[in-house]
Amino acid sequence: MSRLLEVKGLETRFFTQDGVVHAVNGISYDLNEGETLAIVGESGCGKSVGVMSLLRLIPQPPGRITAGQVLFGAGDDRKDLLKLSDEEIRQVRGNRIAVIFQDPMTSLNPVLTIGFQISEALMLHMGMDSAAARKRSVELLELVGIPRAAERLDDYPHQFSGGMRQRVMIAMGLSCNPQLLIADEPTTALDVTIQAQITDLVKRLRDEIGMAIIWITHDLGVVAGLADRVIVMYAGFIVEEAQVKELYANPRHPYTLGLLGSLPRLDETRAHRLTSIEGLPPDLIDLPKGCPFYARCKYRIDICAVENPLLLPIGPGHKVACHRDISKVAPTVVDEVETV
Amino acid sequence: MSKIDAPQKDLLVIENLKKYFPVRSGLFQRVTAWVQAVDGVSFSVREGETFGLVGESGCGKTTIGRTILRLTPSSGGTVYFDGEDVFAKRGAELKTLRRNMQIVFQDPYSSLDPRMPVGEIIAEGLQIHGIGNSKERAEVVTEMLAKVGLNPYHARRYPHEFSGGQRQRIGIARALSLNPKFIVCDEPVSALDVSIQSQVLNLLNKLQAEYGLTYLFIAHNLSVVEHISDRIGVMYLGKMSEITNRETLYRNPLHPYTKALLSAIPSPNPRVRRERIVLTGDVPSPLRPPSGCRFHPRCPIAVEICKHVDPPFEQKAADHWVACHLVPASGTVNQH
Repeated sequence: MSRLLEVKGLETRFFTQDGVVHAVNGISYDLNEGETLAIVGESGCGKSVGVMSLLRLIPQPPGRITAGQVLFGAGDDRKDLLKLSDEEIRQVRGNRIAVIFQDPMTSLNPVLTIGFQISEALMLHMGMDSAAARKRSVELLELVGIPRAAERLDDYPHQFSGGMRQRVMIAMGLSCNPQLLIADEPTTALDVTIQAQITDLVKRLRDEIGMAIIWITHDLGVVAGLADRVIVMYAGFIVEEAQVKELYANPRHPYTLGLLGSLPRLDETRAHRLTSIEGLPPDLIDLPKGCPFYARCKYRIDICAVENPLLLPIGPGHKVACHRDISKVAPTVVDEVETV
Repeated sequence: MSKIDAPQKDLLVIENLKKYFPVRSGLFQRVTAWVQAVDGVSFSVREGETFGLVGESGCGKTTIGRTILRLTPSSGGTVYFDGEDVFAKRGAELKTLRRNMQIVFQDPYSSLDPRMPVGEIIAEGLQIHGIGNSKERAEVVTEMLAKVGLNPYHARRYPHEFSGGQRQRIGIARALSLNPKFIVCDEPVSALDVSIQSQVLNLLNKLQAEYGLTYLFIAHNLSVVEHISDRIGVMYLGKMSEITNRETLYRNPLHPYTKALLSAIPSPNPRVRRERIVLTGDVPSPLRPPSGCRFHPRCPIAVEICKHVDPPFEQKAADHWVACHLVPASGTVNQH
């Protein structure tokens, strides 16, 4: 498999009235063709901003990408997306890289028919005439499992349920045969039985079409059944990166460990206390000097307060940003039970 | 958790509860249809236990919680709290009853008055019920804040100064201030991040053990409900599909909907490969529920009778009630 995407030292800042928000703080990762990468983290950890920065979909101002490279494409075709002109990046968006958003309600235009919204991209990027675009739209709707696709082409978004709207979004995303599909929490707004339908659909399409996927989510459960590799983000930094099985079997960052312990799990039969992470994430305007997880970490030592650890390899494909090897040492901070 | 030696007395008994919402249309806003949000639901909550109510959006679980507390009037049925008929209460009697029944809402952002300092929010219930003087109320506020893991100086702050998890703690402190017996927790953690969610769940568990509280815990996330509840009721489209204790529900679910719901939950373990039942289609509209069993259009094992006859909600095994034609009393599913 060849390299499709290489992100190097990406940094995104928001210059607001209250100060500079350090949303993404120098993240680097890569992605192969046909690979599924999950980016996991809690609200405000920079997972969405980091990925939207790839396509320069950050509102500017107040946002600005202040450093980094985003190399996309194979061989000679490889370009830095951050250096393209506005016209050139528009040729990439929706064509070679497609995005599906969290909320299918607000990401479809309510006053245009579904058919129009799908064929628009086909006519724009693929140069189809309206008849051909319409025919292709029907095929796409059938591909994503919408019954009576030909009849539903002239329906408006409000005539579809949440799950069906997300299918329409996926059909739109796939319309130009993208090499990379970015899915920004596509199942978060959906009920669990519908969520299962959508993840199954994306898996099927990935195997049929062979595109690479970046799946942004806060749900470690969804990730386990879907991704090849996982990146865990905290306060705009990548704190751990590993193959999916390795991450769940051998989590090495205290934050990853805490996240896994926080999950109520059906495969555990006995009622047990969840090992929650105390405290709150740091303020991104006023980031602490050392490790961003210092204040909430049970394994902290003196150096953590002054020096932010680098993301370093610890095994094949497994990188972690921590001063300590938590698989060998005991927690230094004991749970204060009363302050829950 | 004092779950094993919990007394078996029923604190809350719900019999054939119904709630229909009118749909009005036309020039004179005549009622043209009824949404059957809750259609004949019966269950009981035992003293000191957590009863989990789970189902997808629109299944009526929140409506049940609100109807029990009389935040919305019911359309039929009865609710007994500690042996007394909740719907028959008026005036002062109702006020006394409400001291014992509190609620924690889903959205920690819209459920706190943005113009009231946190101390007043927590003390408002005490004031309404005329409990203590202002000094005593301030003491209660301090105590409650400490109980939910906040500091006394937080009493002077306003809700916007707090994060989602902290606001939910304020909501819990408000519910606790009147020292109730029973709290409806309506999706208290679904708006929160995973690490904060576990903090709030642990807090609810701790307070239950400390005050001997009874919870009705409403949520759409079966893993959360399974974690916190003693017994669980699964709802589908305004009706109860299955009620049993948490161990049985997870190990031996009988209703086909419960099975599908359990199998749809992604497991946070990439090595686990479970049998997956992916339901086709969406939840039908409660405006026009399907005939017979409401689940039959999506049910993988439905037979002819399911299309015409609504299955009765029956006890199929010890502590296990199911509404399905295909589950015999012995407790195994009859596949056609």
